[in-house]
Amino acid sequence: MEAAVKEYTYKDFASDQEVRWCPGCDDYVILRSMQKALPEMGVKKEDVVFISGIGCSSRFPYYMDTYGMHSIHGRAPAIASGVKLANPNLSVWVITGDGDSMAIGGNHFIHVLRRNINLNIVLFNNEIYGLTKGQFSPTSLVGQKTKSSPYGNTQPPFSAGELAIGAKARFFGRISGNTPKEMTQIFIDAEKFKGTSLIEVLQNCPIFNDGAYDKYTDKAVREDRMLFVEDGKPMIFGKERNKGLVLNGLKLEVVTLGENGITEEDILVHNAKEEDPTLHQMLVRLEFPMVTGIIRSFDDVTLEEREDALTAQVKADSNFKKTDDLFFSGDIYNVF
Amino acid sequence: MIAATEKKKQEVLEAVVIRFVGDSGDGMQLTGTQFSDTSAMFGNDVATFPNYPAEIRAPQGSLYGVSGFQVHIGSVEISTPGDNVDLLVAMNPAGLKTNLHALKPGHTVIVDTDSFTKKNLEKALYETNPLEDGSLENYRVIEVAMSSLTKETLKDVEGLDNKSITRSKNMFALGMVYWMYDRSTEYTVDFFNKKFKNKPEIIEANTKVLNAGFYFAETLELIPNAYTIAPAKMAPGTYRILMGNQATAWGFLAAAEKSGLELFLGSYPITPASDILHELVKHKHFGVKTLQAEDEIAGISSAIGAAFAGDLAITTTSGPGLALKGEALGLAMMIELPLVIVDVQRGGPSTGLPTKTEQSDLLQAMYGRNGESPIIVIAASTPANCFEYAYIAAKLTLEHMTPVLLLTDGYIANGSAPWKIKSVASMPEIKNTIVKEAKADWHPYDRDKDSLARNWAIPGSPGLEHRVGGLEKDRISGNVSYVPENHEYMTKIRAEKVKRVQNYIPEIIPEFTSEGDLLVIGWGGTYGSLHSAVKELNDEGYDTIGFAHFNYINPLPKNTEEVLKKFKKIIVCELNSGQFVKVLKINYDGYDFLQFNKIQGLPFANNELVEKFKSLVK
Repeated sequence: MEAAVKEYTYKDFASDQEVRWCPGCDDYVILRSMQKALPEMGVKKEDVVFISGIGCSSRFPYYMDTYGMHSIHGRAPAIASGVKLANPNLSVWVITGDGDSMAIGGNHFIHVLRRNINLNIVLFNNEIYGLTKGQFSPTSLVGQKTKSSPYGNTQPPFSAGELAIGAKARFFGRISGNTPKEMTQIFIDAEKFKGTSLIEVLQNCPIFNDGAYDKYTDKAVREDRMLFVEDGKPMIFGKERNKGLVLNGLKLEVVTLGENGITEEDILVHNAKEEDPTLHQMLVRLEFPMVTGIIRSFDDVTLEEREDALTAQVKADSNFKKTDDLFFSGDIYNVF
Repeated sequence: MIAATEKKKQEVLEAVVIRFVGDSGDGMQLTGTQFSDTSAMFGNDVATFPNYPAEIRAPQGSLYGVSGFQVHIGSVEISTPGDNVDLLVAMNPAGLKTNLHALKPGHTVIVDTDSFTKKNLEKALYETNPLEDGSLENYRVIEVAMSSLTKETLKDVEGLDNKSITRSKNMFALGMVYWMYDRSTEYTVDFFNKKFKNKPEIIEANTKVLNAGFYFAETLELIPNAYTIAPAKMAPGTYRILMGNQATAWGFLAAAEKSGLELFLGSYPITPASDILHELVKHKHFGVKTLQAEDEIAGISSAIGAAFAGDLAITTTSGPGLALKGEALGLAMMIELPLVIVDVQRGGPSTGLPTKTEQSDLLQAMYGRNGESPIIVIAASTPANCFEYAYIAAKLTLEHMTPVLLLTDGYIANGSAPWKIKSVASMPEIKNTIVKEAKADWHPYDRDKDSLARNWAIPGSPGLEHRVGGLEKDRISGNVSYVPENHEYMTKIRAEKVKRVQNYIPEIIPEFTSEGDLLVIGWGGTYGSLHSAVKELNDEGYDTIGFAHFNYINPLPKNTEEVLKKFKKIIVCELNSGQFVKVLKINYDGYDFLQFNKIQGLPFANNELVEKFKSLVK
């Protein structure tokens, strides 16, 4: 009989290692949100595995009192895929950054999403390389001045969500690095989702790219410039809750409730579960407002489910139970 | 109808080498395989080697579109597919042109005259027809209009299109060769019945053409003798023919069953290693998990993940892929997880010669990683013992908790030979260091005091939660450590762990003589060539030549120096410009290691070895 999952608190998930991120870094928020989310997931501590690549974010597993591997640059999705395929009972988490996942590990990132293995990826996007001390990343803006672009960055950026949905991501959530409550909830939702879940955290790097998201995430402007979407609810935002999204031709448009006869009835209702990603892509691309929350959550068959079904069928149809059955089958002959 | 005549006189041969060549679409691989399987069933020792173009569908009739299959059968021990051939079967001019050099003077070539058209001669860059210009006068040429005879044979079979008719002409050639070497067509007819179960017209056509070829040879005045090769004296037991790559895959199946672990393969297709993936993916009935990854790096990385989660994890590749896997291999070494990497070597550098053989990845296998990252390196030496060494690779990695790199090469991976079937019960035990319960004062880097293998705590085990990583770690807790003395200690202990594998592997025992004038040293896939050359010399009376062939490269067998000491001269033979010799020089000072090297994408030829060795003992 399956033993009941014991009651944990966030302290059960904190390792004895001293946390060594820079003071004021959003990484602390992410760590604490994860430690708070895990007791709510109904998973056993010994079944949790964190796999990271290289970068500031990738120190994360050392601070979690679970199984973990701090691996090599960009490869965490591939390593995590092996962990999950070897033991589908585990709750497997990939911890990565914008450089780790979209530069050196771009190939693994898109393929893990395509395959839809039931694991979770937390992408710490600070639009800069932190650990190597301040070069531009694949999400840095054009014109951004960094150590490796003193006259301004000339390489246009990826949008993580656009890339992910293009790579067939079934679950994409985005969350601001300074909203721990929502972050905790989205981690819980990601674990509950069956398939690859990607959560992009808009994470501020106070040292090399401070304030990169201030225009959206600053407490003073947050409500007017960010839209937190929830499945089945109209996409309304603003301090006054009077702004909303409508579809105008092939574009999303911000409208004001009460102006030009607009009522709540006219506002688009968020459907995260829709298979067609068109509207999800539009939401991901919007610059104003910046959309956060679970943008896409389409339930689909996972790779493990396909593999398991195939293996069960092959096993049922096969006469080979032991390797000897194979070795001594077919064209064998005796020498006396 | 062909009337059977009186059976001609038979001549008994010890061994024979036959090469079937033709266009890529002529079915030469099938023809060769049928002949070798039939001979194996008859009781001969056999060795085969396919030689096909890198192009998938090269232009018909072109020189580079020639596909060949060589088979060596004997009543004596056969250890290579042979160098020069006794019988060449050439289905087209391009095949004749590219393979005639291998035919022994005075020996027989069978050609399909129907294919020697003006167009095909031009494609093969023949200015004049070699069948008419006297250029084949040193050979016995048997001209047979195989295409027309095949058509004639099949004129009454219903339901056949032209393509199927043309395609069966290889069976006419096979039928002729069966008669020439006193083989029965029975095995091949059985094969048709199974393979084309639902296509009775194809069974009928192939059987008719095979028999037509057989009877045609019997009636033909051009063949003076039929030959026979008696069964070989092989150890009693149950056998089957295995290709090297298949043997490698099966070795892992056996190791997984014996160890009680599930087998995981993470791999990316690459010539000539892909057949291991193709083989293992078939065996889902044993619960084998495979992931065809997005690249070489993901192949090994997924395997590392599976190893962390408690599987017997492997990854397969060839030279360029090993280069890509280097960093991840360093990680597996650093975190001390079990992992087997198979490198089926091919001609390098860069893309090199993908379909040709070479032994030039040895130093990459030994040293091709950043930092000091020693791992266990072993090499298989025959198609059949790929089974054994794959099994040993799995055993060593699980028992010593460090990656094992298994080297094979295109020559033994694609070659086939009889394998005396080993049941899993007869294989050595495989232990592991898995720890299931948390005891007081448990640490992830606690080590076995003899082997220095660390214990293996697998996710899902309560109380053993721990972190591993590529950063240097504290010698006991495994936590990140930048302490200078600790790094030196850990670097040394990882090396010492690999060195101590010496205590668990067999000593090297030279063949033919354990002391004398010349020690021939080889490693890996050259065993067959070197063994038969030294054997031939010993049979001729050169009994002061010994032969030491290495399967364990890192670490080397403990008694290696004892063996070296007993010989006046030492020659190290390799299909590269001298890599194993460097490994020997690093380990054993004060020896004058002579070298014999070949870097042509080809195996050693018997005569070049024999001449060289003779010159050293005169």
